[in-house]
Amino acid sequence: MTGFLILLVYVAIFAGAYFAVKFLVRGARKDFTSLKTVTFGDESAVVSNRSASIISILTIFLIWGAFTGSKMVPGFLQAPGPFVGETEFVYTLDDGNGNRDDATVFVRVYDFGEDAAQFDVAPGDGFAKDDSLSMNASRSKTILFDKNDEVKRKEGAQVIAIDGQTIGPNIDLETDKGRFALTDKGAISYTPPLGVQMDPVYLPPPEAVVSRLIEISSEGYRGSDLLTHLGYSLFRVVGGFFFGALLGIPLGYAMGLNGWFRGWFDPIVEFMRPVPPLALIPLVIIWFGIGETGKIILLFLAALWIMAIAARSGVSGVRITKVHAAYSLGASKWQIMRHVIIPNSLPDIFTGARVAMGVCWGTVVAAELVAASQGAGMMIMVASKFTLTDIVLMGIILIGVIGFGIDMLMRWAERVLVPWKGKG
Amino acid sequence: MSGLGIENISMRFDLPNGGSVQALKNVSLHLEAGELMSVLGPSGCGKTTLLNIVAGFLAPTEGKITLNGHQVVGPDAERGMVFQQGALFEWMNVRDNVSFGPRMKGQKPAEYEDNVNHLLEIVGLGDFKEKAIYELSGGMQQRVALARCLANDPDVILMDEPLGALDALTREKMQSLVLRLWKETGKTIILITHSVEEALLLGERLLVMAPRPGRIHKEYRLPFADLGVGQDLREVKKHPDYNATREEILAMIWDMEEEIMGRTEATS
Ligand SMILES: Nc1ncnc2c1ncn2[C@@H]1O[C@H](COP(=O)(O)OP(=O)(O)OP(=O)(O)O)[C@@H](O)[C@H]1O
Ligand SMILES: [Mg+2]
Repeated sequence: MTGFLILLVYVAIFAGAYFAVKFLVRGARKDFTSLKTVTFGDESAVVSNRSASIISILTIFLIWGAFTGSKMVPGFLQAPGPFVGETEFVYTLDDGNGNRDDATVFVRVYDFGEDAAQFDVAPGDGFAKDDSLSMNASRSKTILFDKNDEVKRKEGAQVIAIDGQTIGPNIDLETDKGRFALTDKGAISYTPPLGVQMDPVYLPPPEAVVSRLIEISSEGYRGSDLLTHLGYSLFRVVGGFFFGALLGIPLGYAMGLNGWFRGWFDPIVEFMRPVPPLALIPLVIIWFGIGETGKIILLFLAALWIMAIAARSGVSGVRITKVHAAYSLGASKWQIMRHVIIPNSLPDIFTGARVAMGVCWGTVVAAELVAASQGAGMMIMVASKFTLTDIVLMGIILIGVIGFGIDMLMRWAERVLVPWKGKG
Repeated sequence: MSGLGIENISMRFDLPNGGSVQALKNVSLHLEAGELMSVLGPSGCGKTTLLNIVAGFLAPTEGKITLNGHQVVGPDAERGMVFQQGALFEWMNVRDNVSFGPRMKGQKPAEYEDNVNHLLEIVGLGDFKEKAIYELSGGMQQRVALARCLANDPDVILMDEPLGALDALTREKMQSLVLRLWKETGKTIILITHSVEEALLLGERLLVMAPRPGRIHKEYRLPFADLGVGQDLREVKKHPDYNATREEILAMIWDMEEEIMGRTEATS
């Protein structure tokens, strides 16, 4: 229900923002592309709309905040939240002999995570006495209303109406005060209005995630502080990738330059390439345990085949005219390797390195989910066992940010180190 | 014996399907040092194959290549090559491309610097030394390729359609440049082209090849290359023999092409 509503709001903002931006910045573009008459189907005429990107990110946070009751989202934008505060309802009790009496239940609903303190109320008159109920928002609570009443359920007393509306063992009641039902034993089960906000157990508001981030970066989690957790993950990735590249690149070169190497390693590489590294986790744990060695070997294996294949295709991709030109300029085999084949293969190797880094980052998180005592994956796995959703979310966001950062770094290195890429 | 000897070369390619292609049959030729020869012929007549054999990239099935008396067995700095395109090293700037040969020989910058700068001036790229290859136009890239070949000071320069990818105007300028370099350096040059005009203007000797099997069809000795050295090439084209020779060669190649077409139509 809430999910559907969120989707609806999202689509509405998507479309609304489109028309708003179109209306506001109409005719602002005056570059060459704006003079093209054929734009549909011309991929080069599709320019990523910067306002769309900004609004898109803002929208995610807005919706996240609005549907989680975030304090960072102004009140009028908030989705209706679960009821918090004081309310009361009247139940009508039948003592089993046709005598009826009304009594009031005073309810205090506290916010998520607040302490729902008990309180006392005066019993009032009649054989049904008034009750008090304290509870947290978005929860249901059963009221054993007859604890203080003069007739008990065991003696045949039963609730027949709430606020004058009939209720029974098979008749539930939905009023603007919330939902009422009778349990099998005749007690009243009460749920205050839920609103359309997400339950913080499923989705905590952004500020909860931020405060968790601050808390964990200063106090740590599970014995290590945040930077240590992330550092372990990064260290494993860099270590595994380093050894994978160290062996994979020469292997790829050998396969690209020598028939015996290619024949020998082709079946192995072609077999290992489609095996997802995740499928190796159990075997690696059996062989090397859950320590650093196992993790680095796993990531080494993840990077090895990708780097070998990238280096091989880099060698195969060299234009024969370049090699011929170098030979007729008097270069030796070693000089051809050093000045033609290696530089020519660098763009391919960089592409492979970007892929390998992405795969390694994904694999390390998965491996830590399975077994680890430090690491980003371990953090969210343990947190999920205690339904600490804010830590889980924080971990996911950090993993995404770091993965993105790694990719940006690789792209930057690519631009700086192989500026001739794609220009041969 | 000095000069370049092409002695009874035959080349047969065995195909994977069991058949074979006779790309060249009994090609014999001798070039004196400093001669400039252009090669014409219909597509597939074995021009590139012949050049690759002379360069040493391919071993002929029969015959041998000799240069200044010794037999050619593989690629070597004495025989430089200028390709149609894409043979420059785009990971090096213009200067490093041109100085590639000397550097591979282990020369120090002080030894080759002056020569490289001089060559870059000659080809009109003095101001582009530090530029990356992909920042140059096609014509500039071919001038770099020429300079790179010359910087290595080979005895023979082999060119496979070096100007084929250029526009008409740039091409004309490059033709003058080739003539000038030929005269100034005195290199032996073999130049393959598809353009009859280019073959006439740049061929002191002009070789017309015929296909299936690839062989020498006819050879001309022409005055135009010498005339073109100090002169506008358009003036050379006004020479009384120019048009006649051109028509003759065009007709010759036209006939060959027609024959190929007819034969493929008959077999298919
Ligand atoms: N590696 C090879 N394997 C098989 N056949 C080949 C090979 N190289 C060339 N040939 C054949 O040899 C013949 C001559 O080819 P070549 O490339 O020398 O022709 P060309 O005169 O340079 O043609 P073009 O003017 O189109 O460049 C062609 O029939 C071609 O199919
Ligand atoms: Mg050719």
